[in-house]
Parts: sequence; C-alpha cells; structure tokens
Amino acid sequence: MNRRALLALAALGALTAAIPAAAQEKSIVVSSTTSTEQSGLFKHILPIFEKKTGIKVRVVAQGTGQALDMGRRGDADVLFVHDRVAELKFVADGFGVERREVMYNDFVVVGPAADPAKIKGTKDTVAAFKTIAAAKAPFASRGDKSGTHAAELRFWKEAGIDPAAAGKGSWYRETGSGMGPTLNTAAAMNAYALTDRGTWLSFKNRQSLVIVVEGDQKLFNQYGVMLVNPAKHPHVKKELGMAFVDWVTSPEGQAAIAGYKIGGEQLFFPNYKK
Amino acid sequence: MSAVHARQSPLPLVLSDVSFAAGGVVILSGISLTLEAGPRTVILGPNGAGKSVLLRLCHGLLRPTSGTIEWRGRREGRRPDAMVFQRPVMLRRSVRGNVEYGLKLAGIGASERHAIALQRLEAVGLAHLAERPARRLSGGEQQRVALARAWALDPEVLFLDEPTANLDPTATRMVETIVAAMHAGGTKIVMTTHDLGQARRLADEIVFLHRGRIVERAPAAEFFATPKSPEAAAFIRGELPV
Amino acid sequence: MPEQSNALSTALALIAGADPALWSIVGLSLAVSLSAVALAALIGLPVGAALALFRFPGRGALVTLFNGMMGLPPVVVGLVVYLLLSRAGPLGDLGILFTPGAMVIAQTILIVPIIAALARQTVEDAWHEYEEQMRSLGATPRRSISTLLWDTRFSLATAVLAGLGRASAEVGAVMIVGGNIDGLTRMMTTAISLETSKGDLPMALGLGIVLIALIVLINALAHAVKSLAQARYG
Repeated sequence: MNRRALLALAALGALTAAIPAAAQEKSIVVSSTTSTEQSGLFKHILPIFEKKTGIKVRVVAQGTGQALDMGRRGDADVLFVHDRVAELKFVADGFGVERREVMYNDFVVVGPAADPAKIKGTKDTVAAFKTIAAAKAPFASRGDKSGTHAAELRFWKEAGIDPAAAGKGSWYRETGSGMGPTLNTAAAMNAYALTDRGTWLSFKNRQSLVIVVEGDQKLFNQYGVMLVNPAKHPHVKKELGMAFVDWVTSPEGQAAIAGYKIGGEQLFFPNYKK
Repeated sequence: MSAVHARQSPLPLVLSDVSFAAGGVVILSGISLTLEAGPRTVILGPNGAGKSVLLRLCHGLLRPTSGTIEWRGRREGRRPDAMVFQRPVMLRRSVRGNVEYGLKLAGIGASERHAIALQRLEAVGLAHLAERPARRLSGGEQQRVALARAWALDPEVLFLDEPTANLDPTATRMVETIVAAMHAGGTKIVMTTHDLGQARRLADEIVFLHRGRIVERAPAAEFFATPKSPEAAAFIRGELPV
Repeated sequence: MPEQSNALSTALALIAGADPALWSIVGLSLAVSLSAVALAALIGLPVGAALALFRFPGRGALVTLFNGMMGLPPVVVGLVVYLLLSRAGPLGDLGILFTPGAMVIAQTILIVPIIAALARQTVEDAWHEYEEQMRSLGATPRRSISTLLWDTRFSLATAVLAGLGRASAEVGAVMIVGGNIDGLTRMMTTAISLETSKGDLPMALGLGIVLIALIVLINALAHAVKSLAQARYG
C-alpha cells in the first residue's frame, strides 16, 4: 500500500510541476464570444500580436453573458465582447477598466428562401420583426444572454412585441445556444434568425437559408475591449493585458482587423477613436 | 528444518464444550477435545456431521458460538498451524509463487523464499513445474502445490479438510504419501475424511463425529476392530443413516 | 445523408494529410484521457479493493454511492471543478483553470467511481473464493488488497478500459474546465462540438470517425495484450 501511495503522490507531483512550467510563458486569457471566435477573426489577428510581443493569447469563447461573468469572477484578464449596454454597466460596477470601442460588424436577418413573411429586401428590421410576428413565421432565437440575443430583444421591444408571450412554444423557438447551433436549428426548421455577418459567412450548413434583411443602421454591432479591473482581482495580468488592449486599438491592430476577409469580404470594421 | 519444534510447542489444542450454530441451525454441540502432539488424528464421520466446521474452528477461521478453544503455547505473530482445503485455491501466478506466498507474508527474504519453495516442491515431486502457471495444473497437482505451500511454513500442526475427496486414486496416494512424510518430519496431522479406507491407512487415532457430536474417540486399531458405539459400528459397515 | 460520404472522405483526408493541428488535438486528447485513467486507477483500484475487503459502519451506503456515481453527468463534474478552480473559488490561486491539468483533474473525478465500483465487485467476488485460504496463510484483509488486485488483473484491466472509454467520449467536463482554447485545451470531443456548432458537419463527423478509430485501436491493443497474458497465466 505504501508503494502505491508514493506512486500516486509522484504522479500528482509531476502533473503539478508541469503546470507552473506551462504558466511560465507569457500569456493572457481573453474572454470573448462564440460568434467572434467562430468568425475566425482571432485566428487571423492573434498570430500577428503574438509574433510582435511574444505574448500567447488564450481565448475562451462563450456567450456574452458568460464572458462577462468570467470577468466578474476574475478568471480572465481581458474582455472582448459586443454588448455596449452590458459592458458599460460592467465598468460602472467596477469590474472593468480601460474600455475602448474597437470595431463593429453588422447583424443580418436570415430566413428560408421561400420567405413566408415576405420581408426579403427590406431595410427596416423593426418592421420586418413586426411582420414575422404577425405571420407567426418560425423564428429561432439564441435565448442565451449573448450580445446577439440582447440585440434581438431590443428589436422586439422597439416593435412593441413580447415574442415569448406571443409565440413561445409555437413560432418563437429559443435554443439557448450559440450562434452556430442556433443557425443549425433555423436551417433545419426553415426559420428566421438574427445573426452576425461573420458567423453567417463561415457557416457551412445553410440548407435553404439566405440573407433577407441587411444594411439597416440599427443592425450595426459594436465591439468593446477592456481590462478586467486589477483592483478587484490583483492577479490579473495588468501589463500583458494592457499590451493587448493597446495593440488591438493601435493602427497596426486596427489594420489587422480590417485585413480579415472571408471570400474577399471584410467582416469587421475597426472604429477606435482616441 | 525442525528448529521451530525446539520452541515451546503450541500443542495441545484444547476445545472445551464448544458449540457452533449458524443461521439458527446448530452444527456442533458439546465438543470437548484435546489434540496432543504425536499421533495422526483423523476426524471421521458421514457427510453433514460437522467435520469441516470443527476443523475451521480449530484453525481459527470460525469463532465458536460458545465454549473455548485454546492452544497451550502463546502464539507470537506467525501462526503454528496451516491448513489444506478440499479445493486448492491457486493464485494467478506460478507454482513457485504460490508456494512462496505464505513465506512472503511472513516477511521472509526473496532468496530464502526461493530456496525453501524449491525444496518443498522437490519433496512433493513438482520441482519441474515450478515456473508453470499454477492454475493450469491438474487437480491432483494443485493439491500437491497446496501441500508444499503449507509445508513451506514449517507448521507444527497441519489441518486437512477432505483433501482427496475430488482426486483420483493415484493422486490420492501421492497426497497421502506427502502427509505421511510431513508427519515423519514432526508435524501434527489433523485430517477429516468420510473415506473409511483412507482413515484405515492414515489414522493413528480416530475421532468419530456424528450429527455435530463426538460419539467416539479411540486409537485407530481399536476403533476399527471393536467400535464402542452403535453409530460407529454402523458407519464402519457402511450402514449409517446420515 | 450527404454528410456521411463527405465525413468519411474528410476523415481519410485528415489522417492522410497528417494535418499538424489535427495531430496536436489527437495528442492532447490521448495525453489528457490516459493521464486521467492512470490517476483514476491509482486511486480507484485500492479504494475499490478496500471497500470490498473491509467491514465498517456505512459500508453499504458507500458501495451504493460509488455505484451511483458511475453515472455522474460530465457537465456537472465540469461545473463543480470549474467553481473550485475559478479565481473566485477556493483553489483559484493554483491558477490551473483552462489548462490541460484542470481537464485531467475533472476527468479523473469522473472515472474514479467507475474503476472503484467495478474493482470492488471484482475483488469482492475473488475474496469470496480466496478468503479462507488467504486467512489460513496469514493474510489479513489489509495485506490482501495488493494480492487480490494483482490476481484479478485481467478483470480490472477491463474496468480501466471502461474508464478510458468514458473519459475519451465525454465533452461536458473538459469543455467547461478547459475552455476549448485553440492550441492549448482543444481536444477531439470539444473540437467536434465546435465544428458542429459552426455548421461544418462533414468535418465534425470526420473528426468523430478519427476519435472512434483511435479508441477502437486502443481497445484492440489492450485485448491483444490481455489475451497473450491470459494464455500464459490462466
């Protein structure tokens, strides 16, 4: 029995020794959203940053709600999300500092090519939502506290409709998941959905879905980057985190963002102003 | 190899008014028995008489429901008695590994263990199978391994519970020869059997058990020639109802 | 489904192309799951054996508990470990959240009950057969643990493989405590989950085929070793 206990301790010791060794390299944890990661943006811009600074960026991608929660708990160093209202509250509550607007992309409404609600081509998202509700056309919502979900809810509110009350369980389907799974569901159910253009461009399972509404000013989606407040969580890697925040809002970082294209199309538009 | 017998002998083993019940059934009652060093004691009786339980009580595998069981010598650590069961239990290792097992438990060093094991295997005629996986031996061979295993511990008393009940006549003879050899080396033998022929061959004294009680006890020659009790007489004739 | 034929060709292309990203994901999956199984065996086998051999008050409840914990939902384990390792949690200062180490810990917790429960049953059955003889030779229950574990090694190997199967198949625990970080904590199962959510179903299925092939290969190897050893030792 003693030999066995010693072996177990040795194994645990080896593991825990390996872990600080991995932590020795310069790295930060960036909490971001699934839609941002799945768009492929990070794969494009992070190598440039890592090459320049030698800092490894570990991106944990979840819904905006979870991403902010991670910041609140201090499990991340930097936040990179797109829900302005929630972000400002985050800073006001003292959890984040140095918030900067870094880029925007836009949302589009996708729907079945057959277009049962007959909204294709309109540039008025609010009107389109009203029509969808009136026609009781199937609509797939993320329902997961994400930035996209928050934007979707704002449209319903402006249209004067409570979608859950009106159609929960019938035409209004809340998937409680990320953008990709929600699009999977929308494609399978021939439903409308609100999605960011980035996820849409790299989404491969479209089936009969096409873009039905785009170009509305209200569909613009602002991204913010900020440092998790080191005053609240002293272990936050302040210098390394700020290096990232500074770079992504620097001319070089902004150019990297603009340089990311899918099929020749630019997804994200840098808009940092000092 | 009889250094152990130079110490104070643990015998006699004294059972005083021992009874054993399990699950509401009384299996043994009123057992008073003294096992002395020297003679080969055979506990004889029909199936169901309680022979196996009696042996297990002596060996300490079971606790009596009432009464006492006491060795004369105080036991220091390693027990002075070993036991061979009706079905030999072989560990999933070599024959030699099995024989060494008890020695390993007793803290004997590796090279000394090897030497003792090979010596005992030699004595039971299985040295050539020392490295064979024990589970691949025949029943008779496995029982001889079990004997070598017990012998390796140099026991002062060897209990055997119907050791040849499952063996053919040749294997039975081999086992009996080994038992006789161990006895010649100074080990007290206490064996159960329901086989009259075996009892006649091996016993110096007979303890006759029937329905949980000791019915008769006598030197072997006397027992077979002039049994005192009707049950013993019936058993010898092969007519005892169980 | 068109996905199926695409998936097969995607899987073959992945393997043939020796994509370094793929192999690093495969390597991590193996490293994490094999480490977890090794740790879980180191803990679970003696615990299971002890549970089989010792009698103490509450033993029955403990046996039932281990049997029940074989069905621990991986996502729940992941959540609990996450809360423990989070900066806001009691073990946050270790700083191992979102590392392979955290994934090993979560998977180990997941598998220990399986190995312990199966080991307990195996050792208990063996003890039933061996007890008298072993007591006769001087083995107390405590000293019998290693003997019985060694003697039942073939059945225990199956239990360990069952644990490995569970570990390699789960995605809930490693997703939460690992964060599916590209290049650091992305394993086969979380990668498959990601590709599915991106809508790249042929890729997801292709990765799935590679994962299943890997597990079958490991099991085949283990079976071969077992058969050889069993033929020798009976």
